[in-house]
Amino acid sequence: MKAFRILIKNISDGFKSVFRNFSLSLASISCITITLILVAIAIILSENVNKFTDDIEKDVTIVVYIEKNTQQIDIDATKEKIEALRNIESITFTSKEEIRQEMSKDSDGLGTILGEYNESNNPLLDEFLVKVTDTEKIGETANRIKELPFINAVKYGEGMVEQLVKVFDVVKKITFVIVVGLVIVTAFLISNTIKITINNRKRQIEIMRLVGASNAYIKLPFFFEGIILGFLGSLIPIFLTCYGYIFLYQKLNGILFTEVITLVNPDNILFHLSIILMAIGIIVGAIGSYRAVRRHLKI
Amino acid sequence: MNLIEIKNTYKQYKNGVTALCDLTLSIPKGDFVFLVGASGSGKSTLIKLLYRQEKPTRGEVYVGGINVAKLRNRKVYKLRRKLGIVFQDYKLLPGMTVYENVAFALEIYGLPEREVRKKVMNAIEKVGLKEKFRSYPDQLSGGEQQRVSIARAIVNNPKILICDEPTGNLDPNTSLEIMEFINKINEEGTTIIMATHDKDIVNTYKKRVITLEKGILISDKEKGGYKTNESI
Repeated sequence: MKAFRILIKNISDGFKSVFRNFSLSLASISCITITLILVAIAIILSENVNKFTDDIEKDVTIVVYIEKNTQQIDIDATKEKIEALRNIESITFTSKEEIRQEMSKDSDGLGTILGEYNESNNPLLDEFLVKVTDTEKIGETANRIKELPFINAVKYGEGMVEQLVKVFDVVKKITFVIVVGLVIVTAFLISNTIKITINNRKRQIEIMRLVGASNAYIKLPFFFEGIILGFLGSLIPIFLTCYGYIFLYQKLNGILFTEVITLVNPDNILFHLSIILMAIGIIVGAIGSYRAVRRHLKI
Repeated sequence: MNLIEIKNTYKQYKNGVTALCDLTLSIPKGDFVFLVGASGSGKSTLIKLLYRQEKPTRGEVYVGGINVAKLRNRKVYKLRRKLGIVFQDYKLLPGMTVYENVAFALEIYGLPEREVRKKVMNAIEKVGLKEKFRSYPDQLSGGEQQRVSIARAIVNNPKILICDEPTGNLDPNTSLEIMEFINKINEEGTTIIMATHDKDIVNTYKKRVITLEKGILISDKEKGGYKTNESI
C-alpha cells in the first residue's frame, strides 16, 4: 500500500512536470511524433516491399520447353525426374495445343496466325511450368533441368528476378538504418528535455535529499516523465498511420500501378504497427530519461 | 554509545584547506549543544559531517548508530530520515504554501493523506503558524519562514535537530522567538545541535557550548558562554 501510494505520487509528479514545462515537452513530443511517423512510413514501406518480394517470388516460374515429337512416356519420365530434384515446389504440364488456344484468345493478331495451324503442325512446344521453393537458387535448379534429356530449352527471369530481390533487400536495409538513426536522435532530444526539467528543479531535489528522499524516489518522476512524453508522442503517429494507410489503400484499391503488385491489407498490419509505434515511443522515452537521470542527477 | 560520537576526525577539502583537525566529541541523547566559533573555524563543516553532506577524510562519525564516514551515497537517506535540519536561508520552496512545504518532508514515506494532514498541522501548530498555513513563503516575514522550516524539520519527529545558524538572518527579537521554539523542541526530548554566531543567545540559554577554532576543539563546557578572547 505504501509503495503503491509512492508510485502513484511519482507518476502524477511525472505528469505534472510534463505540463509545467509544457513548451519544452511539446518540443520533445513533436520530435517523437515526427520520428514515429517516419518509422511508421518505413515499416509500412518495408512490409509492402516484403509482400512484393513474396508475391514476385511466388510468381517466379521456370518454363521448360520439351523437344518436339517427344513421346508421352518420355514426357512423364522427365516430369518425374524434375520432381525428384531439390528445390522444386510444383510442376505442371501444359500441352502445345493448350498453349495455342490460350495465345489465340489473348490476341486477335496472334489468333489469326495460329489459326492457320492445327494439332498436327502446331509449331509450338509442350512445356512444363516449374515453381521453386527458394528463388535465390533458381539459376542452379534451371541448369539441372537443362541437363535432363528431351529438354529443348529452359527459361526463367534470368538475373532480373534475382536483381529485383537484391534491390528490395538493399531498400529494406537502408530504411532500417534510417529508422535506427532517428530513434537514437529522438532519445537524445528527450534526454535534453528531462535535463532541463532537472535543472529547473535543482532546489527541490536538494531539499528532497535533505529531508531523506531516497535516490530512487527522486529519480522515478523523471523516468515516468520520459515515458509519458514517449507515450504522448506516439498517439498522433498511430492515428495518422492507421487512418492514412486505410485511406491510401482504399484510394488505390489495394494495388500499386498494376494488379501484379498488391498492397498489404491494413487489417493485417495496423494493429501490430500501432503497438510497435507505442512501444518505440515509450522505450525511447525511457532510455532518454534514464540517460538524463543518470548523467545529470548525480545525487 | 552516545547518540552522536565523533572520534579523531579530520576533514581536509580538495583545495587543501584543513577544516577539522583531530576532533573527538560525544553528544548524548537529549542534549542541547551550541557550536560556536569564528567564520572558517570549521563549525559548518562539522554540521555538514553530521548530515553527511561531507565525508570525513579520516576518523569515525557515528550519528544515531550509523557510521557516516562509511555511508554510501545511495544510503544517505536512511541517515537523513533520523534528522531534522534547519538552515540559515530556510530552504523553502517558493511555489508551495506553508502546508505544502511542511508536507513535502512527509511525501517520501507514502503515508495516507489523513495521517499526513494530522502530522503537518501538528507541526505547524507547534511553531505557531496555524493561521498562515495557506500562505506562500514570500508572504511571510523572515522569522515566520524560519518557523516553517523548523516545522518541516520536526514534522517527522526526528531524534536530532541540526540547526546551521538558524538565526543568522534575523533580528535579535525574532531570534529569541525562534530560540524559544527550538528550546521547546529540546524539552520534548529532541537532541539539538546548533551552530551560531549569536553571543546573546548562547549566553542567555546556558547550554553546553563547544568552541572551535581553526578546526580544533578549544573548549567544551556545560552551561558555558560565548568565548571571545578570555582564557578557558
